[in-house]
Amino acid sequence: MEEKILDILEEICGDEVVKEDRDINLLDEDLMDSLDYTELLIAIEDNFDVVIAPSEVTREEMDTPNKIINVVKSRM
Amino acid sequence: MSLYDEFDFFVWFAVLAIPAVILGCMEKKLKIYGFFVTLVFVYLALKNSPAALGWLGFFCVYDYLLIISFIKLREKLGRNKIIYKLYLLASLMPLICNKLLGLEGNPDKIFMFLGISYLTFKGTQIIIEVFDGLIKKQNPLDYLYFMLFFPAITSGPIDRSRRFEEDLNKQLSREEYLELAGTGIFKIVLGAFYKIVIAALFYRVMTTFGKEPNIVSCMIYMYTYGLYLFFDFAGYSLMAIGSSYIFGIKTPDNFNKPFLSKDIKEFWDRWHITLSHWFRDFIFSRLMMTFMRNKTFKNKLTGASVGFIVNMTVMGIWHGLTGYYILYGLYHGLLLAGTEIFQKKSKFYKKYKKERWFIGLSWFLTFNFVMFGFFIFSGRFTELFDKLMTIILN
Repeated sequence: MEEKILDILEEICGDEVVKEDRDINLLDEDLMDSLDYTELLIAIEDNFDVVIAPSEVTREEMDTPNKIINVVKSRM
Repeated sequence: MSLYDEFDFFVWFAVLAIPAVILGCMEKKLKIYGFFVTLVFVYLALKNSPAALGWLGFFCVYDYLLIISFIKLREKLGRNKIIYKLYLLASLMPLICNKLLGLEGNPDKIFMFLGISYLTFKGTQIIIEVFDGLIKKQNPLDYLYFMLFFPAITSGPIDRSRRFEEDLNKQLSREEYLELAGTGIFKIVLGAFYKIVIAALFYRVMTTFGKEPNIVSCMIYMYTYGLYLFFDFAGYSLMAIGSSYIFGIKTPDNFNKPFLSKDIKEFWDRWHITLSHWFRDFIFSRLMMTFMRNKTFKNKLTGASVGFIVNMTVMGIWHGLTGYYILYGLYHGLLLAGTEIFQKKSKFYKKYKKERWFIGLSWFLTFNFVMFGFFIFSGRFTELFDKLMTIILN
């Protein structure tokens, strides 16, 4: 499951660094804008059946690959 | 009395803040006292216009009934899209009435009270999050306090109900409270300096040198108006945020050095943040998700561009049903779409985006695009355009 999320992130962010550094800050490094974020939410819903509303968690709670993995895990 | 604008307000505020600080230091809940102070300020702000006070009361009752009935229906029927859309419309109705009737001058003053644009959005946020399953109950006191909270009632920042209620029901330790209140006081002082000193200075320059019908004067007007707008609004926001800290509420920031932005996308993360993030979370993201799910556009970039333009045009309309506000929104929508396309498509951008000269140039262009946007927002652009057209046509 972690691998799957990392694959999704790599595709959305267009950079494999998200796999190498799981604590990289996606917002600070300009790897994820609001458009990418919506894509991420859809991919999470399609792949894991986990629905996260756009206003549900703050961007700061979802700004690194590790945090995203944890949020998805906590809801599965 | 006009909040944050008159000497009287600050005297009242200073007096009414003292018990809050004492309660905070004694580690007592600020909720009931804070709510009382909010009622006092709402009354003082609106006491000269009983009609507005009445409409505000009616609005809150109407909106609250919508929310609790929608919570019940959501519980019973689940994610029913038709009911949801009806409730969304009903929740936006006061604002729609206000704006449409405003075109005719609204002689009966229907839904005419200060802050209606902000209040409507706060209520609509609750309806949307009920549908999302994030809000399952709504306590009337917390609701009313959230809606009427005096620092933010007239012009934001637009807080979110779940965040607000968390602060409201959290017990701060004395140290935490003192730190929060201290930062609050600093923000109030800084905000007052922004608004009373710097904004006033730019305003003076603008009215003295910016009113002539020539290019140089128009340029002076454009830059000084933009800077005036920032210091005036950011100053007000700082004071509002600072005073909410004293009542234990950590209202989110509204500005973060917007003129340092290196592109328009960054600008909207730094300018009037609570509004632009409201639009991002409740309009843009949802629109984009619908586009992606229905595969409305073959090309992702086309979808994003349409999303930006729709989102910003709605934001323009939210500011007012006036030609130049709508044009302002459309202008920013086009800029955002253009930026998105440039950043995704251009090899030139990808090659040079980390270079210092590129960043410098990008900053310079962004600053001037933004200033021109304010020129539109001020109404001066359409005024000049009209004049030019009459000259040409005659």
